[in-house]
Amino acid sequence: MKAKNQRLTLALLAVAAVIGAALLAMSALKDQAAYFYTPGDAVRDHLPPDKAIRLGGMVPKGSIQHFPDGVTIRFLVTDGQATVPVRYSGIVPALFREGSGVVADGRFDASGLFMADQILAKHDERYMPPQVAGAMHKTKSLK
Amino acid sequence: MIAEAGLAALWLGAALCALQLVAAVLSLSARVERSRDTFDTAPGGTSLDFARDERGLSGLIRPVAVAQAVLTALAFACLIAVFITVDLSVKLVVENDGVGRPLMYRFSGTWGNHEGSMLMWVSILAVGGAAVALIERRLEERTLIATLGGQAVIGLGFYAFLLFASNPFARLDPAAPAGQGLNPLLEDPGLAFHPPTLYIGYVGLSIAFSFAIGALVTRDVRPAFARAMRPWVLGAWIFLTIGITAGSYWAYYELGWGGWWFWDPVENASLMPWLAATALLHSVTVLATRDGLRAWTVMLAVVAFSMSMIGTFLVRSGILTSVHAFAVDPRRGSFLLALLILYIGGALALFALRVGTVREGSRFDVVSREGALVINNLLLSVILGIVLIGTLYPLVVEAFGDKISVGPPYFNATAGPLALLLLIVMAAGPMMRWRREQLGIIARRLIVPALVLIVALVAVKALHPAIGLWPLLGLAVAAGVGLASLAPLWGRNLRRTPLHTWGMVIAHFGIAVALAGMASDSAFTQERLVAARVGETMAIGPYRVTLANIAPDFGPGWTALNATLAVKRGAGAAYELHPLARTYWTQGTQTSETAIQTVLDGQLYTVLGASAGEGRWQVRLWWKPFVTLIWAGGALVAIGGVLSLLGRLLRERRNELRKAEVWA
Repeated sequence: MKAKNQRLTLALLAVAAVIGAALLAMSALKDQAAYFYTPGDAVRDHLPPDKAIRLGGMVPKGSIQHFPDGVTIRFLVTDGQATVPVRYSGIVPALFREGSGVVADGRFDASGLFMADQILAKHDERYMPPQVAGAMHKTKSLK
Repeated sequence: MIAEAGLAALWLGAALCALQLVAAVLSLSARVERSRDTFDTAPGGTSLDFARDERGLSGLIRPVAVAQAVLTALAFACLIAVFITVDLSVKLVVENDGVGRPLMYRFSGTWGNHEGSMLMWVSILAVGGAAVALIERRLEERTLIATLGGQAVIGLGFYAFLLFASNPFARLDPAAPAGQGLNPLLEDPGLAFHPPTLYIGYVGLSIAFSFAIGALVTRDVRPAFARAMRPWVLGAWIFLTIGITAGSYWAYYELGWGGWWFWDPVENASLMPWLAATALLHSVTVLATRDGLRAWTVMLAVVAFSMSMIGTFLVRSGILTSVHAFAVDPRRGSFLLALLILYIGGALALFALRVGTVREGSRFDVVSREGALVINNLLLSVILGIVLIGTLYPLVVEAFGDKISVGPPYFNATAGPLALLLLIVMAAGPMMRWRREQLGIIARRLIVPALVLIVALVAVKALHPAIGLWPLLGLAVAAGVGLASLAPLWGRNLRRTPLHTWGMVIAHFGIAVALAGMASDSAFTQERLVAARVGETMAIGPYRVTLANIAPDFGPGWTALNATLAVKRGAGAAYELHPLARTYWTQGTQTSETAIQTVLDGQLYTVLGASAGEGRWQVRLWWKPFVTLIWAGGALVAIGGVLSLLGRLLRERRNELRKAEVWA
């Protein structure tokens, strides 16, 4: 680079890179930022099937059904405005119980059933996903 | 008694830290005045002036830095002592420790909590400062004084944070009858080395930061300064690499989800300083060898430590709720945020004021090793920016009352493609000469790796037609880049190749190896979830796994279900795996202890779940071909760093000896 202003060029490049990062991040965020949904949001926004989202809410008492295969469960998740059914195959975290909060990663199928591939309630009583802890669930804390 | 001694040592350390700052400021300003008087333009004046005028003050700084480190380390040792002896009159011990816990967890539990880990942070900071004071001889005296002054400024803020907002030695009156024990997820050998290595990396970057501040204060941004800074950056980067790799493996086997990276904000908090440190590592080399990228290197040093502090803030402020955030106390968050703004803002302001005095370094062509390193730096910065935005955006939105969550889809879609591009630049860069390179030569050198890449692409696609686009690209790029990264050794006498070249080659190769592991894991992992009866056999990958038995088990503080899995591969001998489902009766929490069989071509990962009714048990199995390459790659990267560091230090040592011979 023989130009007189190599330094300026480099500075401009850096600025362009930062702006590029911000633009890229923003455009991706526009698609993905709404990653967390409560059942009310999900129903209101008419989520397209197969969009990967994180669903959070409460599991109403008496809503967990065990399938005969021994590893699949079906339960409801509610936020008070809407209630959606969820299906999950896997090992359920110990903290997952009726009457308490849950956050699940997965997608809705065409019939409106939420197919969870991960249930997030880390195995620790002191941990609660922030969305659940803040909005609808007071964690029992040791402190 | 021990607790009071520790607190006293901590206060004394803080006082010495203040003294260190005062001495640095006074001796620097004294010298500026004197140099104005005598029109002495040589930075720092001659050593004779020194001896006469400021021997007292500047001579004080090094010993004070060392004494400060000794006292703070003593305070940390006191905290370890109250944890090991389980002194139940100390609040922190009651909340995180218990009589009858294994010695190792009483020891590492010292930093398995907020206050203890902050004390460790400060201890490492003080010891790092002392190391600079003791070892660093290359840096110009004035810059060194400014560096130690900068280190003291950082230290003071964190001493204040400890002493006023998170006193680890607070007593509990009356003493508690029993301790509550450590969070079971932390009760793992991983706790003994994952936080310390990460912290050494974080805090090591503070040294680079202080160097940059020192060089800005004394207007000394030159290759000699870069050569002095490089080993410290390299050291910090090695520890960050080890810390992240170890943390990833820990999460992998401890959480029982079969995943090794979750784009959790806490993971990002450790990734961001690493990205910045990687960029810094490369730009500091340009400054040291070619005297280019002066202002950029200083800026990166500021950014790198800023990322460490943002990381500390994210993890320690309680703003995130995760297994890393031990307690939520809004006061702490505000305190840390204030420190963060003060330091980053101050450093950026200083940079803005002084950047005009940093002269432009030497020039280079676009197609040159410098050019490639600039692209590397830009790409790393862009990835860093993307991760930073994705990590902070939810917090900002939350501050306005909304709750969102940025998940893996965002990070994978944005950072993934850029990382692949970065790897290709990484492969081409070391083939170029400094200053200027001909495009044709590089193109010719890249032909063979490019062919390997294409062959790998076609072969993998032919063998596994169902493979996704990104894992396919990942495998192909890993093959091509892995080969290309070995090119600097091509045609060289291997025994005469300098150690730091070996280091670079191994580190670059390690990145390709890690990529291969990631791609292989996401492409070829098989998973099975079964409600199995005792005696039932499940097939997964090349294995046949039989649930042979379920038995009760117990250990310190927990009871468990212990599954005996008889594992057989082809006609090979059967062996047993024992995944556990544990319940900690002290806290009523449950964890699943995975059982993992590591073989040359991958890992069999087994988890035991709950009872599935009708005498069946939930068993989850994964066969993960070549997943181990991820951490093996991380280890190679760290080894490459160590070799490079050794090579640089040894070469310097030789040069010094040679110089000494000439003078003698």
